[in-house]
Amino acid sequence: MKKLSQSIFAALALALAAFAPPANAALEIDLNKGVVQPIPIAITDFLGATPRDQQTAAQVAGVIRGDLERSGLFQPLDPRSYVEKITNFSSIPRFGEWRPINAQGLVTGQARQLADGQLQVDFRLWDIFGEQQMIGMSFKTTPENWRRLGHLVADAIYERLTGEKGYFDTRIVFISESGPKTKRRYRLSIMDQDGANPSFLTGGDFIVLSPRFSPTKQAITYMSYERATPSVFVFDLQTGQREVIGQYSGMTFAPRFTPDGNRVVFSYSRDNNVDIYAVDLRSRRPQRLTTDPGIDTSASASPDGARLVFNSDRGGSPQIYVMNADGSGQSRISFGQGRYTTPVWSPRGDLIAFTKQVGQTFSIGVMSPDGQRERILTSSYSEEGPTWSPNGRVILFTRSTPGRGGSSGSSSIWSVDLTGVNLRKVITPGEASDPAWSPLNR
Amino acid sequence: MFRGAMKLGFVVLAGSLALTACSSTKEEAKAPVTTTTPSSVKPGSAEDFRINVGDTVLFDLDQHSVRGDAQGILQKQAAWLKQYPSVRLMVEGHCDERGTREYNLALGDRRAYAVKEFLVSVGVDAARLQTKSYGKERPVCAEADDSCWQQNRRGFSVISAGAGS
Repeated sequence: MKKLSQSIFAALALALAAFAPPANAALEIDLNKGVVQPIPIAITDFLGATPRDQQTAAQVAGVIRGDLERSGLFQPLDPRSYVEKITNFSSIPRFGEWRPINAQGLVTGQARQLADGQLQVDFRLWDIFGEQQMIGMSFKTTPENWRRLGHLVADAIYERLTGEKGYFDTRIVFISESGPKTKRRYRLSIMDQDGANPSFLTGGDFIVLSPRFSPTKQAITYMSYERATPSVFVFDLQTGQREVIGQYSGMTFAPRFTPDGNRVVFSYSRDNNVDIYAVDLRSRRPQRLTTDPGIDTSASASPDGARLVFNSDRGGSPQIYVMNADGSGQSRISFGQGRYTTPVWSPRGDLIAFTKQVGQTFSIGVMSPDGQRERILTSSYSEEGPTWSPNGRVILFTRSTPGRGGSSGSSSIWSVDLTGVNLRKVITPGEASDPAWSPLNR
Repeated sequence: MFRGAMKLGFVVLAGSLALTACSSTKEEAKAPVTTTTPSSVKPGSAEDFRINVGDTVLFDLDQHSVRGDAQGILQKQAAWLKQYPSVRLMVEGHCDERGTREYNLALGDRRAYAVKEFLVSVGVDAARLQTKSYGKERPVCAEADDSCWQQNRRGFSVISAGAGS
């Protein structure tokens, strides 16, 4: 638990003085243009005064390159192609030497251990064609959190060039899976967004499913079979304490925090009817939101907390519905061919991600909250359970392969951009499913 | 796989029970190695329930209503429960993998309830029956084909208390 609580130490950020007045820089990415050509960017190995600082500086630069490359919006150039060798963080680069290798942006920086033991990283982003500094900032934190400094720099670069918040200083909670499908072992797990620092939160003696981050605290809610009745739990990552959200006579599952972090919406099976409830985590008092005799599950709140999107088969097959936060005004929004499940409201509020099944093909898609403008992002034998990056640009989901010839299929986490491009497998320690993205760590 | 292999063995044994004293050596040769003989199955035991009654009923795709072919098995379960009144059952509801996790937890819940309600309708005290859904998380078969998916869409009755050993 020590490691987890350390990682939430706020990293201090301050802006460095710019070398040139901010102007209308040419170097910007318009994310709304659809498919974007990755921008070639040179990220130099950061400088360090001592061998130890030099090593840290190079590793931080590696974290930044990895983050920006995986976003699909940037193409970090091979450091071996660089002509100018940056030796002084405070001097202006020779822009002309970066143009032949087609670098449009240049990132320079330095790392140093401070007298108080903290690690500080300074960086500058240069516009090669505009010949000016676009942004310069410093971050510091405890040395063992050095990877966070790289993520914070990558977030700052991403935000400066796209105009939107980054998502690199984040974590992913997920389920590690092992063993054959008939005797699957499930462990609640957490790692940095880039796969670093993975750790198990439960031991694998019982089934755990569907973890989701609190938007306000270092806590997750999930469903566990550790009691006789499978139940929704809340896990406090700082204390390591876990507890059920209340005493219910039947299974509780499909939990998700509301945006204020004070409530959990979940499904409760009572008297052969699965309905959606919300519980206030302080009073522990549940409120029933649906009463239909069909299955009502997978509720997810809009970012303003005023509405919920959920899954119901009241019309004969699983479809997506919306309702007000108090359960009033329930209406169906999905009318396409097939079965729609696992709706998740985007943190930007403008889209709902879902799983769609048509025949034997599963897809991840998005639609507007009124059900219009459906777009399918990716399809395969089995895709399910989308989760949004905190900036609403990237979706993680579970992809499973079919079992054949005596070998179980395998499950893994994948990421895809909102526009359906940049499909990638996410590195996890083993098989994995049910990812949920954290909010920004700051 | 272990459970599957055992079940195959039991099917063969149950078959040989129905035969006369002259057993089918050919079928026994195919069965997995087991020292269990019909005479060693103690009446009222969990083994008796599995072998002579049947612990599994299958469901149609996306459905949770008890099928005609399941009713006979559940009638036998109810009759057996009447004979052994201290026995309690845990009814598990399971799904195939062709659905999403959370929806399948709910569907498995309905299947378990459907089994429970049928048993209650034929006279079993509801207090003796518990239900638990495993959704698609505990399949008996891992192949991606119709036959496997059918085996996985099931209600599985496990004796949770009260059986003789």
